[in-house]
Amino acid sequence: MDLNSIYSQLIMEHNRSGHNKKHLPNPDITEKGHNPSCGDDITLELKLNGDTIEDAAFTGVGCAISQASTSMMIDLIKGNTIEEALKLVEIFLGMIKKEVTNEEELEKLEDAIVLQNISNMPARVKCAVLAWHTLKEALSDV
Amino acid sequence: MTRINPEIIKKDFPIFNQDIHGRKLVYLDNGATTQKPLQVIEAMAGYNKIAHGNPHRGAHKLSVEATKAYNSSKETVRKFINAKSTEEIIFTRNTTESLNLIAYSYGREFINEGDEILLAISEHHSNILPWQRLAKERKAILKYMYLNAEGRIPLDEIKNKISEKTKLVSVGHMSNVLGTIHPVEEIIHHAHRVGAVVVVDGAQSAPHMKVDVQEMDADFFVFSGHKMLGPMGIGVLYGKKEILEKMSPFLLGGDMIEYVYEQEATFAPLPYRLEAGTQNVEGAVGIKAAMEYLEKIGLDKIEEHEKELTQYALDRMLSLPYIDIIGPKDLEMRGGLISFTIDGIHPHDIATILDSYGVAIRAGHHCTQPLMRFLDLHATSRISFYLYNTKDDVDQFIEGVKNVRKWFGYGS
Repeated sequence: MDLNSIYSQLIMEHNRSGHNKKHLPNPDITEKGHNPSCGDDITLELKLNGDTIEDAAFTGVGCAISQASTSMMIDLIKGNTIEEALKLVEIFLGMIKKEVTNEEELEKLEDAIVLQNISNMPARVKCAVLAWHTLKEALSDV
Repeated sequence: MTRINPEIIKKDFPIFNQDIHGRKLVYLDNGATTQKPLQVIEAMAGYNKIAHGNPHRGAHKLSVEATKAYNSSKETVRKFINAKSTEEIIFTRNTTESLNLIAYSYGREFINEGDEILLAISEHHSNILPWQRLAKERKAILKYMYLNAEGRIPLDEIKNKISEKTKLVSVGHMSNVLGTIHPVEEIIHHAHRVGAVVVVDGAQSAPHMKVDVQEMDADFFVFSGHKMLGPMGIGVLYGKKEILEKMSPFLLGGDMIEYVYEQEATFAPLPYRLEAGTQNVEGAVGIKAAMEYLEKIGLDKIEEHEKELTQYALDRMLSLPYIDIIGPKDLEMRGGLISFTIDGIHPHDIATILDSYGVAIRAGHHCTQPLMRFLDLHATSRISFYLYNTKDDVDQFIEGVKNVRKWFGYGS
């Protein structure tokens, strides 16, 4: 296991910066995500404009990995259409399962690509995927 | 009293012969499960090599040997907790199954509408959920005793919550989060005055201190083999004979019957009536060997050793300003486990980074969500000791914690 690649500078920065950790004034969608085995608990808020995700934010508690993963995801999906966001969720989940390995595909994940090695730490996979499953759930109702 | 030497004890445990991530294993997750000495591993292997058969069934040699092994384990368990007879010892899979058995077989029969079931807010989910279901089914009322700032159940709380309506009290002997040893004798005393029965969840206590169920006067006492050097899949339910006799079977099937007809059946006497199906003889052999190992060393010495380690760890942890201890900060009525938080770092990150230094600890809500909510916490980290832990283990843990801080960009 390479702890360095997991607790990289990027994860630490996202974990601490909190620039996406807030409430939106009038969210169109609010979706809770919960990881009962460890207690991580996030609420994702989305503001839509037609089928475009105009703004996104989250609140909640969790470890550095789940908080950073959520923050990276929000940076990534802001301004995307619902369809594009769902595609990114699939690439991310595919990367974690080692099913998506194509460099070009993975680069679409921008910062979130640093979580690629989380699959080497089975105990922490759930932390990394929580926000992405929550987003998928949120958008599936639209 | 001569002290135990954990370095010598460690040699009995093959698990410590390996490196974890290139480092010596420091195992501080004994509250979750404990490691096995060769004596336990070999006893189980020995049974499988020469004595395995289905007990209480055939007339052949191996069935007889398996029956002997099973019954002899019961006698060891009886002595270990000083029950009056082996009829009072029921083998289950674990503490959870023991508690479910009581809620089902005793609760459904004797808890009625408006009756009160009393727990402590510190209970493990396994000592909450069976009572929640029972309360809903029987229209009974589930109540909780709350803790003071030190994590203890105040005497007034016990007196105030136990009333004429109380029919059953189920309480953890030692909290798996706070390390507090709850005053079960006081609780039992007050509960018995109003005719309530008391279940004591000994999952965290029985492995670490001498328990005498007759002196304690518990109506039920339950615990697991795998938290006391034994295998997973074997647990114990002790119940007073006069109460067990009133209970209907939990599971129905083989080995627990007297006569079976097309439309009805009569059941075997205790303890078999409450043990349906082929039992875990291998597990029974394992728990017996584990108890013999613990008794050979001496539970009083193990308790003393853990106290010494706990004091040492508390002293070192309290000297670090960024650590908060969750639970009592002294040795008064507390066992060898310590929950804590570190400023600015989530317990899961602490556990992951400590693991990379070979230090195994637990992080999370410890199956105690109501307690976490009561304490206004989401999760804690926890270290828990046993007879093979050393002061060096504590030092490694403290070094690890300082490294966790560095990973997160804090100065030590």
